[in-house]
Amino acid sequence: MGEFDFSVWGPSLPFIRDGLLFTLRLTLVAMTGGIVIGTLLALARLSPIAPLSRVAGAYVDLMRSIPLVLVILWFFLIIPFLTGSPVGAETSAIITFTAFEAAFYCEIMRSGIQSVPRGQLNAAQALGLGRAQTMVHVILPQAMRNMLPVLLTQTIVLFQDTSLVYAIGAKDMLKAADVVGKNYNRPVEMIVLSALIYFAICFGLSLAVKQLQKRVAIIR
Amino acid sequence: MNYHWNWSIFLEQVKSGDETYLDWLLTGLGWTLALSLTAWALALTIGIVVGALRSTPSRLLVAIGNAWVELFRNIPLLVQMFLWFFVVPEFLPRDWSLWVKQEMPAKEFVTAALCLGFFTSARIAEQVRAGVGSLPRGQRDAALALGLTLPQAYRQVLLPQALRIVIPPLTSEFMNVFKNSSVAFAIGVLELTFQARQMQEDSEQGIETYLAVTLLYFICAFSANRGMAWIEARSRVPGLIARTN
Repeated sequence: MGEFDFSVWGPSLPFIRDGLLFTLRLTLVAMTGGIVIGTLLALARLSPIAPLSRVAGAYVDLMRSIPLVLVILWFFLIIPFLTGSPVGAETSAIITFTAFEAAFYCEIMRSGIQSVPRGQLNAAQALGLGRAQTMVHVILPQAMRNMLPVLLTQTIVLFQDTSLVYAIGAKDMLKAADVVGKNYNRPVEMIVLSALIYFAICFGLSLAVKQLQKRVAIIR
Repeated sequence: MNYHWNWSIFLEQVKSGDETYLDWLLTGLGWTLALSLTAWALALTIGIVVGALRSTPSRLLVAIGNAWVELFRNIPLLVQMFLWFFVVPEFLPRDWSLWVKQEMPAKEFVTAALCLGFFTSARIAEQVRAGVGSLPRGQRDAALALGLTLPQAYRQVLLPQALRIVIPPLTSEFMNVFKNSSVAFAIGVLELTFQARQMQEDSEQGIETYLAVTLLYFICAFSANRGMAWIEARSRVPGLIARTN
């Protein structure tokens, strides 16, 4: 058994905190942006306009069939060509995760929308609501509520996946742990610390989602 | 910015040797396939056992199974790779630890295969448990009433049905294994993503490189999907699943 020195955890905390703040910011921005774009994609997929639905479907299938690491590398490579100037790893990560997660949130929202009983649609139309009004005021709120636990579970997955920005060197929590580990020559202790933090946050959130799932189930 | 396309880059020699870039990518594909398939075999074996444990009446076994799943589901795969590669050897007895660090053949590959296998086993266990849970209660009762022991009931009656029911979710897990194997680049497995990064730096033809690698991953995922569809079609439980041809 090797010798461990966990005293490195103390001085590492300010760096870990800064890294964790970026990780959280990345998660929240990608979640918000991903759900908004994902919902639009879901509406496009369900649209009767065939080209629109096909383009949205192709985008979702493409994102879902290639590894996230590769998507991160792709965006890091091509964003500078699109914007004309180099962007930092952090900005690139935020754009990548929003675009990537949108595909996954799209599939969740699509099944959410399809889970709303058809009668709701007919009732809204009978009340004289237009297509857009029906969507915004009747279908989407119910789809969102039905899918809330799944959306949150996907967000926990997203939170874990943000660690993959390691591939382009963005300064997230794992990177902070990595840097401190190298500086103090204590890489093992720092990997253990980051694993514990990820586990605590994800396990806590997943318990919360389970509670929520029960309550949503009862209301329904 | 202008981009200089060069599609013949794949046939050119790498800067530091006499291989071509195509050789690099094919080596990468080989490692990706080897890693994914090894991890999948491990994951299926462990996942079925853990999933079955979680569906038994024993509270202890269920708790062990649950702990297993929570452990592997709540730590990012990349961090798990680092744990297996850097941390686990430190916890082994001294002689083993030295052997693993200095002499173990294909250290990166073995570590990554174990990591990806265990990670995926937790996800398979979840599907298997759901599969056993979806069987009519009478199946278990009838098996026990016929005098089978609980392990026999699982082996002869419950698992053969449950596994066939969960083939569709297992199909997406199988495709996920190929995608997740890309994370192994971080501990130095020479798989596709590793080669992609290496070729991009060496050749500076990033777009051609990533297009080729994207295509290779696409082919892997598609083949995995077709393969599982073939198995699904041949192993359908008669009279149980509504879809018929």
